[in-house]
Amino acid sequence: MSGPLDVVAIAVFIALFAFVTILGFVAAQWRRGDLTKLHEWGLGGRRFGTIVSWFLLGGDLYTAYTFVALPALLFGAGAMGFFAVPYTVIIWPALFVVFPRLWSVSHRHGYVTAADFVRGRFGSRALALTVAVTGIVATMPYIALQLVGIEVVIAGLGLHLSLSVAGFTIELPLLIAFVILAAYTYTSGLRAPAMIAVVKDVLIYGTVLAVVILIPAKLGGYAHIFASVDPAKLLLPPSSPGNFGAQSGYATLALGSALALFLYPHSVTGILSSSGRDVIKRNAIAMPVYAFALGLISLMGFMAIAAGVKSMPAYADGFKAFGSNFAVPALLLHTFPSWMVGVAFAAIAIGALVPAAIMSIASANLFTRNIYKEYFNPACTDAQESHMAKIVSLIVKAGGLIFVFGFPQNYAIVLQLLGGVWIIQTLPAVMLGLYTRWLHPSALLIGWLSGITAGTWMASTLSFKSATYVLHIFGTAIPCYAAVAALAMNLAVSVVLSVVFNAFGTTRPDETLAEDYV
Amino acid sequence: MGAKMAGRPRRRARPYHLLLLLPLLALCVPFYDRAEPSLAGIPFFYWFQMAWIAVTVLAIFIVYRLERRSGGGL
Repeated sequence: MSGPLDVVAIAVFIALFAFVTILGFVAAQWRRGDLTKLHEWGLGGRRFGTIVSWFLLGGDLYTAYTFVALPALLFGAGAMGFFAVPYTVIIWPALFVVFPRLWSVSHRHGYVTAADFVRGRFGSRALALTVAVTGIVATMPYIALQLVGIEVVIAGLGLHLSLSVAGFTIELPLLIAFVILAAYTYTSGLRAPAMIAVVKDVLIYGTVLAVVILIPAKLGGYAHIFASVDPAKLLLPPSSPGNFGAQSGYATLALGSALALFLYPHSVTGILSSSGRDVIKRNAIAMPVYAFALGLISLMGFMAIAAGVKSMPAYADGFKAFGSNFAVPALLLHTFPSWMVGVAFAAIAIGALVPAAIMSIASANLFTRNIYKEYFNPACTDAQESHMAKIVSLIVKAGGLIFVFGFPQNYAIVLQLLGGVWIIQTLPAVMLGLYTRWLHPSALLIGWLSGITAGTWMASTLSFKSATYVLHIFGTAIPCYAAVAALAMNLAVSVVLSVVFNAFGTTRPDETLAEDYV
Repeated sequence: MGAKMAGRPRRRARPYHLLLLLPLLALCVPFYDRAEPSLAGIPFFYWFQMAWIAVTVLAIFIVYRLERRSGGGL
């Protein structure tokens, strides 16, 4: 960015960042547990009550990338970007009904990951491995995207300190943020993001409040903001005979994202760290508050249009580097006083640290439990297990960092999109598995494979630019989120093959009992 | 949360659990994909979906209370 650096904004930003860093290390002492045990390091000892869980799940699910990318979507594409609101509405009844069962059975059997559960329920190592690997692979680009979120606000502050090493351009502020994150995750485990999530939310809600009150006043009210949006982008184009149009794309995107959400390892970690099933149920009631904040944040995309930031020369570099993702930083820089810019940007950056920490912990739990212990060192001690998880959490984060420095930003976005298509394929084994053991593990395995293949193929026909694949059914064009279409195929294969395989009726091991789930 | 319930709690679906289907109206896009009736200049599409968040909270809250009262639930 041209012009002098905004010293006030940078100072506020750094001060808040330093504060959460200290908090991250102090967290190790909080509700002290033996951090050489995996369920202590990686699940916070399963002791988080309603309030801490609320912050943790909120930090987990409403991430920095969401704060940047959703308004960007409204800014660029219009109404379609608002799908996040119905998406975050329909997940809560599902959380209320389905996931207390996962908590109960995991509590009873000491499961730390979804793959642990699948291993116990279906007695299939192969199926558990696919769940673990899908989880890890889908999470990696998600972590990289969080780092992109930090990158955007650092660029917004004009902090350009980079050096070139072996062809990589390494941005120092990002590297520093990252090393700090890795260090306190290593020492404190899940307690660190849980504690920092509280600070993050105070900052986010403060920022949202300021945005909803101050910006519309400056821009001449909500009516004016909506009036300045291209009318063609304000609503979804209605369906026409023979084509469901954008409306079915919108609905399936919301549905698919909702179904995928709680299959992500970091969501499972958030759920399993709570102290009881009632905590999960209460959170299903309280979590939609975030959905409301998210809706308001999304509308910042339209505010950015009304403010006309795109044509302002001061932000030309930012838009050139980050595209629509620069809409929110530009809007905040344009309308907020310096100190509030510092607070808001810190909120976004810290909003990236919390999920990045949880995601790396969740991946580490999966690798340690379901790959290392299962295949390499079945006799490992508790201390070895948690040590391995700590190391893996570092490796996973380094992977995300290499991604951000080494590849175009677009790669992370494409892979994250594919990650959603992949992770949803674990739904039959994990979510249906909570209700029935009728599905045959081999059928689930083949169903998973067909879902992954179909989903990836659909995304490839769209050159990985979009996730909305147009299905043609009885001459009607139905645009559908590829994850949902692929899941339908997965389910069909799983059910049909289960009928076949079950006909050969050998009894299968299941270490769980019906009463473990309630 | 309170003490663990003695014995095995009964978990089964009851009619009031149907309330949990209410949030799914958020997927009926043609219903709300319109500009009117607008609210203070905000098109229906936007304010309806925001309002539906409140309905969702209420629906889950009522089910939660009813479950507590009947001492079971899902």
